[in-house]
Amino acid sequence: MLQLGVAEPMRECEYSQISTRSSTPMETPYKKRTPKKRKWQAFPGRNKFYCNGRIMMARQTGVFYLTLVLILITSGLFFTFDCPFLSVQLTPAIPVIGGVLFVFVLGTLFRTSFSDPGVLPRATPDEAADLERQIDVANGSSSGYRPPPRTKEVVINGQTVKLKYCFTCKIFRPPRASHCSLCDNCVERFDHHCPWVGNCVGKRNYRFFYMFILSLSFLTIFIFAFVITHVILRSHRQGFLNALKDTPASVLEVVVCFFSVWSIVGLSGFHTYLISSNQTTNEDIKGSWSSKRGKDNYNPYSHGNIFTNCCAALCGPLPPSLIDRRGFVQSDTPQPTPPTNGITMYGSTQSQSHMAAATPLMQSEPVILTDEASLPGRTLLGGPCSGALPLGGQPTPPTSTPNLSCDNGMLPTRNDHSEAHHHHHTDGVHHHFLTPEEAPSPPGMLPCGSPLGHSHTLQGFYNPASQDSLHEDSVRGLVKLSSV
Amino acid sequence: EISAPWTFHNLQELRHSASLANKVFLQRDYSDGTTCRFQTKFPSELESRIERPLFEDTVKRLNIYYAEAEKMGGQSYLEGCLACATAYLIFLCMETRYEKVLKKIGRYIQEQNEKIYAPRGLLITDPIERGMRVVSLQLLLLLCVCVCERETDKEKHKDR
Repeated sequence: MLQLGVAEPMRECEYSQISTRSSTPMETPYKKRTPKKRKWQAFPGRNKFYCNGRIMMARQTGVFYLTLVLILITSGLFFTFDCPFLSVQLTPAIPVIGGVLFVFVLGTLFRTSFSDPGVLPRATPDEAADLERQIDVANGSSSGYRPPPRTKEVVINGQTVKLKYCFTCKIFRPPRASHCSLCDNCVERFDHHCPWVGNCVGKRNYRFFYMFILSLSFLTIFIFAFVITHVILRSHRQGFLNALKDTPASVLEVVVCFFSVWSIVGLSGFHTYLISSNQTTNEDIKGSWSSKRGKDNYNPYSHGNIFTNCCAALCGPLPPSLIDRRGFVQSDTPQPTPPTNGITMYGSTQSQSHMAAATPLMQSEPVILTDEASLPGRTLLGGPCSGALPLGGQPTPPTSTPNLSCDNGMLPTRNDHSEAHHHHHTDGVHHHFLTPEEAPSPPGMLPCGSPLGHSHTLQGFYNPASQDSLHEDSVRGLVKLSSV
Repeated sequence: EISAPWTFHNLQELRHSASLANKVFLQRDYSDGTTCRFQTKFPSELESRIERPLFEDTVKRLNIYYAEAEKMGGQSYLEGCLACATAYLIFLCMETRYEKVLKKIGRYIQEQNEKIYAPRGLLITDPIERGMRVVSLQLLLLLCVCVCERETDKEKHKDR
């Protein structure tokens, strides 16, 4: 039995319809439009952006500057104090090779540090709601407490891999992806978070990272070797202590290089092993594919031979960034991050799913009203309409903000559900981005806020007077349906 | 034929009006590893909207395009080595093969929407806009807007 309390929200809508036009920050027809935000400004993760979104780094960049300073100072000293002597005494190729290595090191360092490692954008509210629904169906319960960690199993090349659900990003992580707690992002093919480069190392910048440590190893060894050569050559002439007095910088260089060589060369060796076996640091540390776990445990991502694995990691296609940092935030696309215009529609995720129940209500109308218009052969009385009946009990008074009542007229918000949903999330992960006040504006908002240049027909859509009759008709329609 | 007061000349406009729609999501299929593929299982919500072969054809074609983008062969290796040799500066003037294929996919989706999906009241969203997680299909409420238009006309007539 349907509840016909839909009339209530109608009246609210009627009044607020007017205020919507003038008070919405999103739609300001007579005021000058505020400049559009770029997506990096609304990015939910803990990253820092520079150069208007072109550069992306982690929050803590102190160690990166240390790395940069060490490289610059050591190389600088080398070129200033050692190279003149060596180029004269030995060959001018030394500073040239040194120079090439230095440029390569810096280039790869910047590329690793400044690029997007392969961050997965968070799920839009619709997707999150859809996944939640599927999970609830699978679990058979939807209670207030946090359910056990959600996993999905998938078989890849004969190995069973578990895909975990990320509570922050609201997605099932693809295989090999991991959530970086420092940057608060899910990163594809997550290797590790490297403080030395001030960024995560993932799918998109792994090759640059590898090139960086490899070239840095060569540079370090190069500088170390030639500084020692320099000191030795000088000592032949002047004696050891005098030589050191003449080139004090060399001492500093040797010390820095000595300590760096062990760590950097070691790291390069380790990553060469990882690349040749197509594993990530994360997987290696956890021993995901080690034979110790079981006889049948093997790496399903490996291409079989070392050469192919190396080629794939270093020369394979470079996927583009999925986060589109320099794009503009579209007011109509569902954004995971909330615009700060005080829209209380946290329950949008739920309302979206209930919209699913609501929309068939709409689809049933033509059956009664537009009988002369032949529908494209399809019956709308099938699946979608059967979902309409649970709409009973849905209508609740719309939430306070005027914006909402616009679509509340059509699709009542589930306030009570939105509270439960909020609790459901706040117990969970840190750094949760949604509160009832900061809820993402659902796509349903949009027509209210759409530019005036939009067609009259759509404005007619929200004419409160017509909505009354619309609902009456739709109710009639459902009654007819139920009698069928 | 439905005499809609407006037509789908502008798919962007359609997207605006599609905001109250129900959505169906096609999730990724990871059975082949981390390569980009979408599940071709026909969602039950679409049963009344579109014929199965058309739908499956679209998804399969998308999967083929993505496989092409991620294919590791001679051309991609050459591109990778050349890029490395030029310190990746070459990408300032040239776009990667992946990007080229993504543009092709964008055009394909646009074309499919115009020819097949929009007339059936569906709209496919390019997966790149959803972080390659899902292919989102919006079920549109076209007919109800049509109805509203008639209603407002009726109201106007009543008032006079």
